[in-house]
Amino acid sequence: MYRYDEFDSRFVNERVAQFRRQVKRRLGGELTEDQFRPLRLMNGLYLQLHAYMLRVNVPYGTLSSKQMRKFAYIARTYDKNFGHFTTRQNIQYNWIKLEETPDILQHLADVEVTGIQSSGNCVRNITADQYAGRAKDELADPRVYCELLRQYSFLHPEFSYLPRKFKIAVTGSPNDRAAVAVHDIGLRMHKNEQGEIGFEVLVGGGLGRTPYIGQTIRKWLAPEHLLSYVESILRIYNMQGRRDNIHKARIKIIVNQMGIDKYRELVDQDWEFTKNGVLKVPDDEVARIDSYFAPPQYEKLADQTDALAKIRSGDRAFDRWVRGNVIEHKVPGYAIVNVSLKAPGKVPGDITADKMDAVADLADRYSLGEIRVTHRQNLVLVDVKQSELYELWHKLAELELATPNLGLLSDIICCPGLDYCALANARSIPIAQDISRAFTDLDELQKIGQFTINISGCMNACGHHHVGHIGILGVDKRGEEFFQLTLGGSSDQHASLGDRLGPGLPQAEVPAAIRKIVDAYLVIRQQNERFLDTYRRVGIEPFKAAVYGEESRAA
Amino acid sequence: MALVKNGELVTSSFVDASGAEAIPATGPVIVNLDQWKAHRDELLKRGTPLGIRLHSDQAPELIAGDVQHFAVVALEFPKFRDGRSYSYARLLRERYGFKGELRAVGEVLLEQLFFMLRTGFDAFEIVSADPLKDYRTALADFSVWYQPTADGRPTAMQLRRKH
Repeated sequence: MYRYDEFDSRFVNERVAQFRRQVKRRLGGELTEDQFRPLRLMNGLYLQLHAYMLRVNVPYGTLSSKQMRKFAYIARTYDKNFGHFTTRQNIQYNWIKLEETPDILQHLADVEVTGIQSSGNCVRNITADQYAGRAKDELADPRVYCELLRQYSFLHPEFSYLPRKFKIAVTGSPNDRAAVAVHDIGLRMHKNEQGEIGFEVLVGGGLGRTPYIGQTIRKWLAPEHLLSYVESILRIYNMQGRRDNIHKARIKIIVNQMGIDKYRELVDQDWEFTKNGVLKVPDDEVARIDSYFAPPQYEKLADQTDALAKIRSGDRAFDRWVRGNVIEHKVPGYAIVNVSLKAPGKVPGDITADKMDAVADLADRYSLGEIRVTHRQNLVLVDVKQSELYELWHKLAELELATPNLGLLSDIICCPGLDYCALANARSIPIAQDISRAFTDLDELQKIGQFTINISGCMNACGHHHVGHIGILGVDKRGEEFFQLTLGGSSDQHASLGDRLGPGLPQAEVPAAIRKIVDAYLVIRQQNERFLDTYRRVGIEPFKAAVYGEESRAA
Repeated sequence: MALVKNGELVTSSFVDASGAEAIPATGPVIVNLDQWKAHRDELLKRGTPLGIRLHSDQAPELIAGDVQHFAVVALEFPKFRDGRSYSYARLLRERYGFKGELRAVGEVLLEQLFFMLRTGFDAFEIVSADPLKDYRTALADFSVWYQPTADGRPTAMQLRRKH
């Protein structure tokens, strides 16, 4: 993985020292809270309901065991012994003291991790496919370009006061696991007609109160032009994005107001001046960064299909876990292991300090020291020998980290909600817990098949509810929490936004409503059709009837 | 309000008439875009240095053909959160070839000087008890830059490639 050189490390240390001075000025009253807010936000520090929250980037989801141990140390020393992995490949600490933040950031800088631009109206953490560099279905490793973008975006003098936040996601696989279509810029690596690898560039996707699927602004972009092209998109946005209304300030709004063709025209006009200039990415810099992502020294192994089949036939629980949580690796004899943070009744994405340490140990012992963080709030060990899967599974199971529910109904995405967040209208965590407790039968989960439930505690949509097969949105109705369901959302390469099912439900009725939807689906699905495909085939009516009764059809 | 230009405390020789009803008859003057459009010919004839002050919703494209007439372009930050003038500064420097004084006016906070300098500003209206000290402190925060922008400082990438 990428390692800081002298420049990177000097930069983050200077950033910590700068923030230390800013905190001092804030505590001394030299800065007003209004002036301090953007400074702390651009270091990842939010003020929540009960305390400060610190959001730390895991750049493009790649983490070393050493960094994970530091996360555990922070949780233990400065927080309440746990952290929360988010849909943005970040970790959040919920109980932080302002005056301790510079020390925390210094600890993180020591292991090459930062909170820089994890918040604020700037380019946020660059996210990517969690299996980057390892997945068998991958065309190219996107991380070299993520790292270029990370450096390019850090304290960009022109783009640190954008109209609103700006999120970029990259996938190097045709199977989009990074949800690029719902980002301000989505980058899909693919080959052009000459067989050269480049980027399809999507722009204007996003969730929040006005969700949009991103539109293609450029079908194929040569990698050497990545920075200049992104810069032109950002420049047009910075100059033309709305500044009068925070709810209409994202790039998706102007892209959809002026139309993608007009936006493309403006970008191309600007880009004409810069495309062959100083931002052209030199091959040697690509090679320098790429060398950090070179595959580790794998042993020459054969696939263990037969040996595994033998163990699997004798151990049903292991078999289930392999089928669910283990993914094909591009190198023979190795496997990608997903570590579920979604045990029944647990808070999705939460993990204790002790378990962070344990995962770091397992990564060292079984996975060449590398861990990945997924936007679906799970962890991944990317380089596990197939011959050691059984042993690893036992150890994960002891830690309650082997729930075999990856991609199944109880693998729920959930924002922190009103338990922590100052923006929330409703508590999303208890809903996630209730649903996961209502669906614990592993045979049943498997029978239901691929299923995503995404829960947001407010319309800001941190829980990506619009793109869950079932989305759940918490709303406040005259002081009471209600939950609106949407069906048919998806964030993959065939992204779609969910349709509203009907009136909001009180918390207590949500698990039963999910049950009714699932039951209706099981009756009408054809063969092994996923819920999403059934929904796309039959539409919303059967599910409306299932939840609200037949009379709802007339209403 | 102090004016720091190229790292020195200076007194502006310009009268800022951009908010005034009438433009003074003589002397260096800063006008707004409407005044410039209405009185362009007279202003050019008077033979004194000219400046123009642009709101954050007035892109420099509007004066792209005229930049050679201005000794000063003042770009406004009506609120520090309004970051449009960072792009305007770069366009003026890098695209329209403006070589004169590029002055940051409005809500110019110390934390932003570094960004302003890097996008091509060389003069700053600062509210401070000790403007020069604050200016120097604010600019000493960083010694590493990742983006090639108008100020021409070598980026980390360029320095790496020299090695």
